[in-house]
Amino acid sequence: MTAASRALSPATTRVVLRHSALTRICHWINAVCFFALLMSGLQIFNAHPTLNFGQTTDFARPLLSLEPSGFPSWATLPEAQDLAVGRRWHFFFAWALVLNGAVYLGDLVLRGGFRRLWPSPRDLRDIPRAIVDHAQLRFPKGDEALRYNVLQKLAYLAAIAAFPVLVLAGLTMSPAIDAAFPWLVDLFGGRQSARAVHFLLASFLVAFVAVHLAMVALSGLVNNVVSMITGRYRIEEDNHVA
Amino acid sequence: MSREAKLTRRETLLKLIAGGGALSLSGCGLDARSPAALAVLEKAETLTRLAQRALLAPRQALAREYRPEDISSYFRPNGSTAPDDPDYQGALAAGFADWRLEVGGLVENPLKLSLADLRSLPSRTQITRHDCVEGWSCIAEWKGARLASVLAAARLKPQARFIAFFCADTLEQSLDGNGRYYETIDLVDAAHPQTILAYEMNGAPLPVEHGAPVRLRVERQLGYKMAKYVMRLEAIDGFAALGRGRGGFWEDRGYEWYAGI
Repeated sequence: MTAASRALSPATTRVVLRHSALTRICHWINAVCFFALLMSGLQIFNAHPTLNFGQTTDFARPLLSLEPSGFPSWATLPEAQDLAVGRRWHFFFAWALVLNGAVYLGDLVLRGGFRRLWPSPRDLRDIPRAIVDHAQLRFPKGDEALRYNVLQKLAYLAAIAAFPVLVLAGLTMSPAIDAAFPWLVDLFGGRQSARAVHFLLASFLVAFVAVHLAMVALSGLVNNVVSMITGRYRIEEDNHVA
Repeated sequence: MSREAKLTRRETLLKLIAGGGALSLSGCGLDARSPAALAVLEKAETLTRLAQRALLAPRQALAREYRPEDISSYFRPNGSTAPDDPDYQGALAAGFADWRLEVGGLVENPLKLSLADLRSLPSRTQITRHDCVEGWSCIAEWKGARLASVLAAARLKPQARFIAFFCADTLEQSLDGNGRYYETIDLVDAAHPQTILAYEMNGAPLPVEHGAPVRLRVERQLGYKMAKYVMRLEAIDGFAALGRGRGGFWEDRGYEWYAGI
C-alpha cells in the first residue's frame, strides 16, 4: 500500500502477530499462579502477621506489624484462617510458577527477547517525555505501538527480575534449602530478612500488576486482551501523507 | 420497555454483580479446602520432598550452626507448654527420676533409658535456628543424645522404615482420642548427625515449656516435626495405623508430613 492510497482510507488498520503462542500460554499460567500465590501468601503471612530483619524474630520490635489479625479474609486463600491449606496452595502454585517461569525466561534468552526490553541510551534520555506522555494518557499509534517505550521496558525488566529474587527469598525460608545452600541465608542477611524481602517484592509485583492492568485498560482494552489470547494485535495507521 | 421489565433487568444485573463477588476464587465458586482440590495440591509435597532430598543428599548437608552470641534472648514456646496429663505431672513432680524413655517397635533390643542413660550416650551440642511453620525463628543451643546412637543400641530390624515419637502432651481434646502429640520421621532424618534427643537447652536442663525432659531436634525441618515431651519411640514400617494416619499430630490436621519448607 502506498502512502497516497493509505491517505484515501481514513481509518486504516492492519493486524500483526504480536505475541507468540508460548508467550501467551506462559502469560496466562503466570497470571493464575500470581493470584493464587498472592492470596495464599497473605494467608501464610496472617499466621504471624509481622516482619523482622535478621536471622531471628524480635517479637517485641517488629519491622512491620499487622497484628492481631493481618489481612482481611476476602484477600486470603482459603478465605477462612487455615495455614495448612494456604501452604498447600502456595507450594503447588510455586512449583507451577517456577516451571512456567523457567520456560518463559529460556524462550526470552534464546530468542533474544531481552534486546527488545533493554533500554537504549536514547530511551533513557526520553524518560521525562515518556512520563509526560503517560500522565496525559497519550499512547503511540502505528509501528510505534509495537515497540515498548522506555517506561514499559523498565517496568517489565523490573518485574522479570523480581520473580527470581522473590522465589529465592521464599526458598531461603526453607530450613532444608538453607542446609543445602547456606549462602542463600547470607545473601538475604538472615531467614527473617528473606521473609521480609519476599513480602516486599510481592508488594512491588502487586503494584506492577495494578499499573499493568490500568495501562491495558487505557490503551485499548479489547485489542490488548485479544492480542494476549489470540496473538493478533490491531494497529491503527497514522494516515498522514508522507 | 415497561417499568416492570426495567426493574427485572435491574434486579438481574444486581444479582449478577453480587454473584460475581461471591464467585471469587475463595468464595463459593471454588472451595479452596475441598478434599478434591487438596488431593491435587498435595502432589506438590512429593515433588518438594524428592527435590530437597536430592539437593541435600550428595553433601550430607548440616543445618547452619550459629555463634553463642546469636542465641535468642527470648525463645517462643509453642504448642503445649505445660502438659496437664496426670502421668506427666507426676513425673515432673519427681524431677523425672523414675522417667524412662521407651524404645520399642521393630527393634531387636527394646530399651528403657533413664535421663542418666541418655546422658551417657554419645552427645552432640549445636546452636541452631528453629523455624516455626507460622513464620518466626529463634536460635538456641541444644545438647542431646544422637538418635542414631539410641537406634544403634536398640538395633533396628530390617523392615523398620520410620521412627515414631509418642509424647506426653494432649494438645487437643478430641472425641476420637487423637489429640495426643506424636510425630514420625524417616531413617534419612533419623540417621542425620544433628538429629538428637535434646535434654539441655542453652546449657540448662530442658525447660517444661520446651519439652522437658526430652525433645526431638530435626534441624532441617520445621518446628512441628520436633516433638516435645517424648515418652516412647518406636521403629515402624508405616504410619497408617497411627492417629489419623498421616504421620503426626499436625499432619493429621492438614500440614505436610515433609516439613523441609
